[in-house]
Amino acid sequence: MKTKKWPFAYVGIITAITYIPILLTVVYSFNASKISSVWGGFSLEWYRELFRDRDLGEALVNSLILAFLSCLSAAVVGTTGALGMYRWKSRLNDAVAMVSMLPIMIPEIILGMVFLSVFSLMNLPFGMLTLVIAHTAFCIPYVYSMVSTRLVGMDKSLEEAALDLGASPFRVFWDVTFPTILPGILSGVMLAFAMSFDDVVISIFVTGSKVNTLPVKIYTKLKTGVTPEVNALAAVMLAVTIALIAASAAVGNWTNRSERRQIKSQEKENV
Amino acid sequence: MGNKSSPKTRPPWLLLAPMYAFTILFVALPILYMFLLSFLTRAEVWGVEFQFTLANYKRILEPLYLDTFLESFRLALISTALVALIGYPYGYFMAKMSPAWKKRMLLLIMIPFWTSALIRLYGWIIVFRSNGVLDSLLMGLHITGEPLKLLYTYPAVVVGMVYALLPFMILAVYSSAEKMDWSLVEAARDLGASSRLAFWTVTFKMTLPGLLSGVVLTFIPSMGLFFIADLLGGNKIVLVGSVIQEQLTKGRNQPFAAALSAVLMVLTVLMIRLYRRITGASKLEGLV
Repeated sequence: MKTKKWPFAYVGIITAITYIPILLTVVYSFNASKISSVWGGFSLEWYRELFRDRDLGEALVNSLILAFLSCLSAAVVGTTGALGMYRWKSRLNDAVAMVSMLPIMIPEIILGMVFLSVFSLMNLPFGMLTLVIAHTAFCIPYVYSMVSTRLVGMDKSLEEAALDLGASPFRVFWDVTFPTILPGILSGVMLAFAMSFDDVVISIFVTGSKVNTLPVKIYTKLKTGVTPEVNALAAVMLAVTIALIAASAAVGNWTNRSERRQIKSQEKENV
Repeated sequence: MGNKSSPKTRPPWLLLAPMYAFTILFVALPILYMFLLSFLTRAEVWGVEFQFTLANYKRILEPLYLDTFLESFRLALISTALVALIGYPYGYFMAKMSPAWKKRMLLLIMIPFWTSALIRLYGWIIVFRSNGVLDSLLMGLHITGEPLKLLYTYPAVVVGMVYALLPFMILAVYSSAEKMDWSLVEAARDLGASSRLAFWTVTFKMTLPGLLSGVVLTFIPSMGLFFIADLLGGNKIVLVGSVIQEQLTKGRNQPFAAALSAVLMVLTVLMIRLYRRITGASKLEGLV
């Protein structure tokens, strides 16, 4: 088959377009002029203003705490859930698994609405607690599905062999099962972290007046008239994103390697 | 279904408990409450009165709200069609690249995907703003004589939607094209099929689950993404999502917001079921 050039051109052009708005925000973050359509020379003014902004700093800390707590609880619930459902198959499990996936299947606004009404029914004070519950709900599906995919791909005979050789169930879990699912947990948590850290729609509904998350803060800033500070924030967040993706790529490589190892051992078996 | 390899195992309740408890308490019951709420009456000042009514659903049928539903549907349809047109070839070509390029492209897609959605939208505000980047470019090239004032128009909202949802489509198509057995295409070609015929009879059919999954993943969120319409469309374009938000905050009418959400939810579930019917797949392709 001869390789054509135009598919590459097509993919290249579309990709370039998706980067235009991102690069623009970075370019304008160094703009001395306050009006974003005018180029007034190079300046670091907005970065200075960004790092002086107490409210934004507080919102950032809130977002980090929120993402950390929701990912932690999602990691525990999702991983134990995937393990439990793998050990014991039943219709009931299928139903629970399906319902647990709903938070990432239905439009976000419904989830926000649902939590707002339930939390006000329960008289829970709107703030970090309500945020964590809501975010955990949509973080679990990522961890759960990543871990169950790993479990389905796991060679069951490994666990059995370890048990036959006299290893305690705990030992089997620690030495056989856990290393297999760890990449799944990590990539699930990373996805969940990104989703939690970026969420506006659900957070707007379940946050109180005192607790702002970063996206909620940015949203209000964008609605009430933009300050070039947002550009600087965009540039900083982009840098952090790229660093995080590099980290996740490293984990991905690791996942691939262990997958390859698994495939290799299966191939050997077939021979 | 019992576990054949080890029939003695009892349900590992300790492992299952957190998942069961959380799902029932914070997903299943709240959603049921939403459906209940949609049949209740709004209290005079604040909150809800437990009095059965169908008024909320009747209100949805009022022209004002029915139009909003239709308008959201139209915008979702246009966005989804554009996303499919742009995203399908993208995902398909990506699947045909060398492993090294696949990796690079996935990274390139992931970076905007992981950057804050709001900040990416803000980039489009810079582009579309009156006398903004696009206007300056077009006027500089003498294509247009005066600012187009594209911000706060329908096309701007469509661009924002397409932009936000494109990665879902690309990843869905890519993951199904990636798994495809390309030797089938070669076989079809060897048997004398033209490359176009081979594409439609083999490739397209085999990547259809990915495409449909992408359609579901695009269409469903686009009904509710009120903040895109809000930031790029000003107050001109009102979506179901915007109405729900308004009813909850300014309107303080939880039951009506619940009724709107319930309708949206039923539509969503119907779409997912339709998807499963057509493709026979239990999971959406490309989703996590």
